Amino acid sequence: MKQSKRVGVVDVEAIGIGKSESSRASVRSASEKKVVSRAMALEAEVENSADLRLEAAARRQHVIDHLDEYLLAAEKSMTDNGIQVHWAADQEEAQQLVVKLCHDAGVKRIAKSKSMVSEEIHLNGALEAAGMEVVETDLGEFVVQLDNDHPSHIVTPIIHKSRKDVAATFAREGISEYNEDPEALTMAARRHLRSVFMSADCGITGANFIVAETGRLVTVSNEGNLRLTSNTPRLHIAMTGIEKIVATEADLALLLKLLARSATGQSLTVYTQFLGGPRASGDPDGPDAMHVILLDNGRTNLLGGRYREMLRCIRCGACLNVCPVYRAVTGHGYGSVYPGPMGAIFSPLLGGEESRRKYAYLPKASSLCGACEEVCPVAIPIPKMLVALREESMRMHMPGPGGTPPWAPWSMLATSPGIWKVALESGRAIGWGPARIAPVAAFQRWLQHHDLPAWPRQSFRSWWKKRDAESDS
Amino acid sequence: MSTESIKPTARQKPGGAVHLMLTCLCDAFYPEVGMAAVRILEHRGYKVAFEANQTCCAQPAFNHGDWAAARKVARATLKVFRDAEVLVTPSGSCAAMIRWGFPQLFRGEPELEEAKALGSRTWELMEFLALHEGLEAWPGKWEGRVVLHKSCHLRELQPHNGSDLLLASIKGLELVGPKTPEQCCGFGGTFTVSFPWTSQEMGGNKLRDLSTTGPDVIASTDMGCVMHLRGMAAKAPGVSPRLCHVAEILAESLAP
Repeated sequence: MKQSKRVGVVDVEAIGIGKSESSRASVRSASEKKVVSRAMALEAEVENSADLRLEAAARRQHVIDHLDEYLLAAEKSMTDNGIQVHWAADQEEAQQLVVKLCHDAGVKRIAKSKSMVSEEIHLNGALEAAGMEVVETDLGEFVVQLDNDHPSHIVTPIIHKSRKDVAATFAREGISEYNEDPEALTMAARRHLRSVFMSADCGITGANFIVAETGRLVTVSNEGNLRLTSNTPRLHIAMTGIEKIVATEADLALLLKLLARSATGQSLTVYTQFLGGPRASGDPDGPDAMHVILLDNGRTNLLGGRYREMLRCIRCGACLNVCPVYRAVTGHGYGSVYPGPMGAIFSPLLGGEESRRKYAYLPKASSLCGACEEVCPVAIPIPKMLVALREESMRMHMPGPGGTPPWAPWSMLATSPGIWKVALESGRAIGWGPARIAPVAAFQRWLQHHDLPAWPRQSFRSWWKKRDAESDS
Repeated sequence: MSTESIKPTARQKPGGAVHLMLTCLCDAFYPEVGMAAVRILEHRGYKVAFEANQTCCAQPAFNHGDWAAARKVARATLKVFRDAEVLVTPSGSCAAMIRWGFPQLFRGEPELEEAKALGSRTWELMEFLALHEGLEAWPGKWEGRVVLHKSCHLRELQPHNGSDLLLASIKGLELVGPKTPEQCCGFGGTFTVSFPWTSQEMGGNKLRDLSTTGPDVIASTDMGCVMHLRGMAAKAPGVSPRLCHVAEILAESLAP
């Protein structure tokens, strides 16, 4: 391995350090609560939850391994239900599709419910550039939009904010007078957003699952904004990744059982919505037209390969909540749309070659502790994927975070026991002295907060030798 | 337990030989942990063997992504322990490298079967006592309050390795639990150098949590965690508990 070829050191630390202690404290306390409520709702309440996770993993993997068939089946069922199905290969195609659908329908104002796929393709900017107004209606996303911020969690976008932050935002934007009471803040947002729902020409949502068997879209939410977004405007556009297909309604029962418990510690979300198509004649409400956009954006590259298990992901966010790195740097520290362990894998893999290089540092931003795999409702071997990505990055000479140690000398040392022993003896004799001042920036930064271990007076080897000699005599 | 890791099946009878895999950290810095492991294994009636040509299991390069360098070292590890019927190591991390890492590292390589076979002969020390030996209590006496940090790599072994059970059974020892046992200390090998600030933040969170119950000792199943937390505690005055390996407590608890 030629180390010298590895150029372009990325310093992810600089991104993490900038975040305030108050946002880290918000993330820390919210994450701790979520870990506890997940354990109560899943491990304590559900019998055989460990087996259920493996069962869910198997069913998700079955669909992923036969995705070509299930996607066509889903397309047919949805079309039979009167849903217009579109395929988008990448971000650009997806953006253009939505803009065109809205243009053709004369849309001026869009109500949007929370959708990570729309974040993935940076949809809002494209719609605004095309002259349309977009209003986020999920309470967290609404605050993110008002603050010109980014979501820092895939389920709870303002986990990094306190109620004081939200109160200040609402006061600044004239949504309500300064009031830190969460209920009062929610009521103010509700009043404000009601007029948006009533006046929007189009509602954009995501979809948690699409059932191939019946062509129904399934969404889970807690605020009711998703129902208004999908049912009130005359046009409904739903977008999701191609991997969100489930085979049957029976599979859905299993996945819904795991999703909310893993995500928020609820046995079910407040709303679980089944969307079977646009308004039929005689229906009292619903959109006149319903479109579903199925996004690839690099997902098909994962099929059948080293990262195929990642496509099982149902976006519950449990891996973020339990992750000690996420807790330390917050979602924004990752510098990518998808943060946390799942984001460290998806970010370099989705969106093509450019993402691969841009986010090559993310799989390294993990201590490989494996807490993520332990809570994953579909048992994705996350640490295995992270080391696989690291291996690939090294072979492809991708830029890495500071402090890449030279492995060739190390492997020489560790395969030459004679030299190994002499090196350790020298360490004991000389101590750290010369090494302490090694001009390696990452090491020097590390030394600011860590002391090096002391060299022992007697090594295990010499103790063992002496003991051996004594027992022989 | 990770679905990807190999479960040890090789057994040894008291009186038989058990090979000690010392680990590079204990080889360089922590001889007392190796000595404690020897004391414990001999107390259980095994003959401890130490292969002088052992160095490192190969994990640092494996985790960093340089699998070519890692394979060279892993091959040397396979060779050194070729004749070891049973291998015991006072490190969840090194045991995990062999049982979880080697099958990935040698996928498609001629050594894969040999690597898997070594995995089936490799036990982490506490796991060896609790699951191989079937011990439910440790016959020692030790006065003090201990908080246990189960190192993260136990997740790639058999996480319920019995360390808490054995510690709690020691006469005079009060075992207290951390509030967030699932949280990593932030070491992660080269991770701590690549991401020093993040690693430090994680270490701070961990030390705070481990210290809340006022323990005399913070004990871990891996010296990587101890090295990291000790190194941080040295630069953060006010952290007073002793930091050490669980094996040291077990060895100290035995009559001299």
